[in-house]
Amino acid sequence: MSSTDTTAPTGIDLEQDTAPVAAPAADYGALTNNGLWKNNPATVQLLGLCPLLAVTGTVVNSLGLGLATMAVLMASNLTVSLIRDVVTPAVRLPAFVMIIAALVTVIEMVMQAFTFELYEILGIFIPLIVTNCAILGRADAFASKNRPLPAAYDGFVMGLGFLLILVLLGGMREAVGEGTLFANMHLLFGEVARDWQITLVADYRGFLVAILPPGAFIGLGLIIAGKNVIDRHLRERAKRSKAPMEKGSRRVRTTGSVN
Amino acid sequence: MALIKVTSPHATGQQRTGRLMREVMLATLPGLAVLTWLFGWGSLINVIWAMLIALASEAAVLKARGKDVAFYLRDNSALVTAVLLALAIPPSAPWWLTLIGVSFSIVVAKQLYGGLGMNPFNPAMAGYVLLLISFPIEMTRWFAPGEGPEHFMGSVHLFLGRYAETVDLMTGATPLDSFRTWAGDATALANEHILHGVFAGVGWEWVNVAFLLGGLYLLWRGIITWHIPAGFLGALALCALPFWLYDPARFASPLFHLFSGAAMFGAFFIATDPVSAATSRWGRLIYAALIGVLIWVIRSLGGYPDAVAFAVLLLNLAAPTIDYYTQPRTYGHDKAKRGTG
Repeated sequence: MSSTDTTAPTGIDLEQDTAPVAAPAADYGALTNNGLWKNNPATVQLLGLCPLLAVTGTVVNSLGLGLATMAVLMASNLTVSLIRDVVTPAVRLPAFVMIIAALVTVIEMVMQAFTFELYEILGIFIPLIVTNCAILGRADAFASKNRPLPAAYDGFVMGLGFLLILVLLGGMREAVGEGTLFANMHLLFGEVARDWQITLVADYRGFLVAILPPGAFIGLGLIIAGKNVIDRHLRERAKRSKAPMEKGSRRVRTTGSVN
Repeated sequence: MALIKVTSPHATGQQRTGRLMREVMLATLPGLAVLTWLFGWGSLINVIWAMLIALASEAAVLKARGKDVAFYLRDNSALVTAVLLALAIPPSAPWWLTLIGVSFSIVVAKQLYGGLGMNPFNPAMAGYVLLLISFPIEMTRWFAPGEGPEHFMGSVHLFLGRYAETVDLMTGATPLDSFRTWAGDATALANEHILHGVFAGVGWEWVNVAFLLGGLYLLWRGIITWHIPAGFLGALALCALPFWLYDPARFASPLFHLFSGAAMFGAFFIATDPVSAATSRWGRLIYAALIGVLIWVIRSLGGYPDAVAFAVLLLNLAAPTIDYYTQPRTYGHDKAKRGTG
């Protein structure tokens, strides 16, 4: 799934992204807005759908994979940015993939050491972080053209944006599917988190479709629809107040020509 | 001679969607009657309840989408979806089962895709599959034929979800369940009472005969063409025949397949949905035949006793491709045009 993600249609706000990605001074506010909302990897770029759809059955699974992805994204952005002047454009993609693969291996070993049960549950999807197009996408589109600090920050907010959608979807599916929230959090946070579970409906019969893959597609569809509704609402409000629109965002080109 | 100048199509009949859908609902009545006769009032209660939910959810979504509610409600398509789904689920279904299924059918499977004419999947079957994978216990709880609640209030109790208070009712395996369980064991099959009705499974043969009659009515009224039922039932029987001849203890007879489960219901009422089915004549035949093949495969080799819903949904997915390769030759052209490009 991930290899085809790069051609996924992204829908909205395409017209604002024609500026080439080369910011002399980092604008952290714009980066934050970009990662968390306007160019969110999960709801706008639709990258990394494979883990997003596969492991978001519960909050703890989502949080585990989200944190791992975020850590890899931050570290890879930082590393790529550090070596950006050394690596020639011809070999940059293999180099990036090597870096990402090494980092994913580290994360996998860390999870195996400290959160073994979660490591077992997430299984193949931890190594598959390496194929998450959001990571390679940010490395190529942002980190390889920016200084280390903004690059790391971009990795952080992009990862956070991904993590938040993952947890939201996990929460939706867990609540609808099993009637609980934050079950089994001790897998991630140790024994103190064992009683964090919130039982929304006692004696819930379970709604299996939410746990099964269709629930992920329906849930993600609803989240994207919700974001688009909010965006439309904001656009209309901005139009009404005739406020000048913010220009010059940067994002991964997923359609159209690449500069 | 007075000539009225109008463009084609020069159809004289009232082929309005509303009338079409009314005829379809009318044609389900024999099936509904037999289901009520065999399993109590549950089907009837659920049909009425489902129609209410369908109207309410359709109206709510139409309003949210800013459409003309009265105009779209009058095409009766939501009611047909509700009736078909309510007929497909067991008569012991509690109210919430129907509520979840019908509202999913209307809101997600139909309106989210753009409403009538835009849905790639048969809405009733999408709702059915949602229920089947989410609530397998309720969705497979059929009474033994004739052993359903005797009184109307018994069915009402079931509808209100008080299944525990009515456990003295006999739920039993349907003929398809039973055959699945004992396939390969000739003596057990011979001893299974439910497998030996007049010509197919007890009770269920009459359900299928009733839906066959309703389907013939639809054919006679010109609501559906013969292609889909013929392809569906023909392929199902053709698949069953050689295996049955080879080993009747492991594979059911063609007659048993044709008059068990949802075969007739699926062939005349589900697969013929004009929106989600293939549209060209050859396309319809291929589409329906593949459904028939899939039903036989899943019933005989798969994990579920019946498979109409799964087969129809899978072929709904394939219908555009089938249409692409079976586009008829346009008059005046030498070769059939492939697709729109």
